[in-house]
Amino acid sequence: MNDKAILSVTGLRARVAEEDLDILRGVDLNIRPGETHAIMGPNGSGKSTLAKVVAGHPAYQVTAGSVAFQGEDLLEMEPDERSQAGIFMAFQYPIAIPGVSIANFLRTALQARLGDDEELDLFDFQELLMERMELLDMDPSFAQRPINDGFSGGEKKRNEILQMSVLKPALALMDETDSGLDIDALKIVAHGVNTLREENPDMSVLLITHYQRILNHVIPDVVHVMYRGRIVESGGPEVAMELEARGYEEYRIAHAV
Amino acid sequence: MPSNEVIQGLGLDDYKFGFVTDSEPVFRTRPGLDADIVRQISGRKDEPAWMLARRLKALKIYESKPMPEWGGDLSELQETLDQTYFYVKPQEQMERSWDDVPENIKLTFERLGIPEAERKILAGVGAQYDSEMVYHSLKEEWEAKGVIFDSIEDGLKNHPELFRKYFGTVIPAADNKFAALNSAVWSGGSFVYIPPGVQLETPLQAYFRVNQERLGQFERTLIIADEGSRAHYIEGCTAPIYSTDSFHSGVIEIVVKKDAYFRYTTIQNWSNNMYNLVTQRALVHRGAHMEWLDGNLGSKLTMKYPSCYLMEEGAHGDILSIAYAGDGQHQDTGGKVIHVAPNTSSSIVSKSISKGTGRSSYRGLCKVYDGATNAKSNVECDALLINETSRTDTFPYIEIDERSASVGHEATVSKVGDEQLFYLMSRGMDEAEAMALIVRGFIEPIAKELPLEYAVELNRLIELEMEGSVG
Ligand SMILES: Nc1ncnc2c1ncn2[C@@H]1O[C@H](COP(=O)(O)OP(=O)(O)OP(=O)(O)O)[C@@H](O)[C@H]1O
Ligand SMILES: [Mg+2]
Repeated sequence: MNDKAILSVTGLRARVAEEDLDILRGVDLNIRPGETHAIMGPNGSGKSTLAKVVAGHPAYQVTAGSVAFQGEDLLEMEPDERSQAGIFMAFQYPIAIPGVSIANFLRTALQARLGDDEELDLFDFQELLMERMELLDMDPSFAQRPINDGFSGGEKKRNEILQMSVLKPALALMDETDSGLDIDALKIVAHGVNTLREENPDMSVLLITHYQRILNHVIPDVVHVMYRGRIVESGGPEVAMELEARGYEEYRIAHAV
Repeated sequence: MPSNEVIQGLGLDDYKFGFVTDSEPVFRTRPGLDADIVRQISGRKDEPAWMLARRLKALKIYESKPMPEWGGDLSELQETLDQTYFYVKPQEQMERSWDDVPENIKLTFERLGIPEAERKILAGVGAQYDSEMVYHSLKEEWEAKGVIFDSIEDGLKNHPELFRKYFGTVIPAADNKFAALNSAVWSGGSFVYIPPGVQLETPLQAYFRVNQERLGQFERTLIIADEGSRAHYIEGCTAPIYSTDSFHSGVIEIVVKKDAYFRYTTIQNWSNNMYNLVTQRALVHRGAHMEWLDGNLGSKLTMKYPSCYLMEEGAHGDILSIAYAGDGQHQDTGGKVIHVAPNTSSSIVSKSISKGTGRSSYRGLCKVYDGATNAKSNVECDALLINETSRTDTFPYIEIDERSASVGHEATVSKVGDEQLFYLMSRGMDEAEAMALIVRGFIEPIAKELPLEYAVELNRLIELEMEGSVG
């Protein structure tokens, strides 16, 4: 346990509820306020599962270990409570909600944070939304489109970051946000994330990626390698460079079953 | 985490409008139905002899027709009918201004949660309280244009020739058992006539309410949109809950003449022990356009299939339907389009939501007669299931006797998915809010066609319903 951590994951084991094999097989991870951590690792190694368990996805069952967020036991909280406490996950595969516009969706999400006693100021909301769309170089008319419905891959990813920039989390889990973005879009999204980090220097980021390139724009403090449900190596940005050159072969040998 | 009992204590599953205001009816017939009761109804209304004769003939047809075997479960209906008061007259006078409306009736409106806003709209509205119009005033503008917006009774009294020319021509008594029943005992409803070329911007609205235990409400509405006219009629209603089954069987007849446009919007939210069996049909003439926008919530069983008979060249019909079936409810709804003439076109869009043990059925008919060349029809029905126990089915009947017709049918069933719920909850909405947002998105293509105040009311109802759905 690290007292100063905003997110503290200890010995975490988790599986798909009702299955017998753990996907996460003892994950330890500490992120301090303001830090950016990257997680890399081969397909199927458990990166998304880790993010989803932290966000509270009901499909997964935690079989051992603990997750604390700002000192509170996260595993006791519902996904909406975790969100309201300051966790945001940008999905690897955002899902469509037909008939619900981005604007309506975000308004409902912000209203939910205020509770029943307080009414969201629609003027302020509109202003914030437009400012954020501008930051991410999105056309204002996009706010009226039903969320993720018929969006291109890149549009979905950008929309995730739009939501993040409106909800202003304390901890952002970004699951392969860079996959599917074109070269310009990658820079715009990275700029968006960096702007949020500047606005709130205490904001922490856990960035899951397969490619070193995004780390040139969103510079990580720590890079982790996840392999078969565990974090098997942690280091500075150079880890990502080495992986890019060498791939995961050495882990395959070192962690053979 | 609140316990189950606490949640139940909040009364979220209680029917929102489940109250009864204390209004002594002035007159009512004894329970059950025979020729003598039909004579009493007609006599009370001071009707001309031809109408009494029609009613008695309709009664014979009703008695001769068997209960329908299709649609929903009607096996307990006869018992309900035997105990039904077929006519209740709540008060003697037709009201003209809001001030004249009795206090307890105002209270009813107030408890519906619509007083101030709706009151303004009510300035041009016929509101039906029990079987009779109690409040009915017509905007001067409409009067000046020659628009008739009366109670059905006044329509018969004040415009006998117009009335007789069209009454029962769209839906004859022999059409089906419940149309026959309505034709025998009808009471209350609207009579609307839009003169040629008259275009109304503001919708004509009627607010309905059934407030008498075991009262069968047999509203009858007759609308004629004359050539080149344009208008929108809205009828919304909610009913209080009762311990015994109630029964509602309306007949809505609409004639849309050459090049006219007419839209009829209904949002019905009956209490969950109500049988709601309604026949509504429009005859659409040359180049005319009819739209039904039909929302069905509540009731024990609703069987309702708004229909467009496209009688002449270039006629167009649209049917938009939303059904919500909560626990123990069955919504058997849909639409019918009958293409009789060439170059006619139609579309049906139906959206249903089933929650808990609720069941929604789409039942539709698309018929194209031989000679209706180049007829085009498109049907889209989407069902959303909230729980594992929820149920939906589709019965699309397609009968095409014309080779050049083009008919499309598309049906989808979706479940509120865990991934969708998680996505919304990960943005901070609780489960009920997330569910309500998904449902609202699902019906959005139809809800956006509603006037704002109805869309708001519909959203509020859905929110209340979803609060009860989270286990
Ligand atoms: N809901 C689920 N049902 C069944 N299997 C699952 C589920 N979630 C994850 N898994 C399995 O767990 C393993 C880890 O999946 P996860 O999505 O976490 O991998 P990942 O590291 O994010 O991979 P990628 O780089 O391809 O996104 C995979 O073998 C996957 O098939
Ligand atoms: Mg993944």
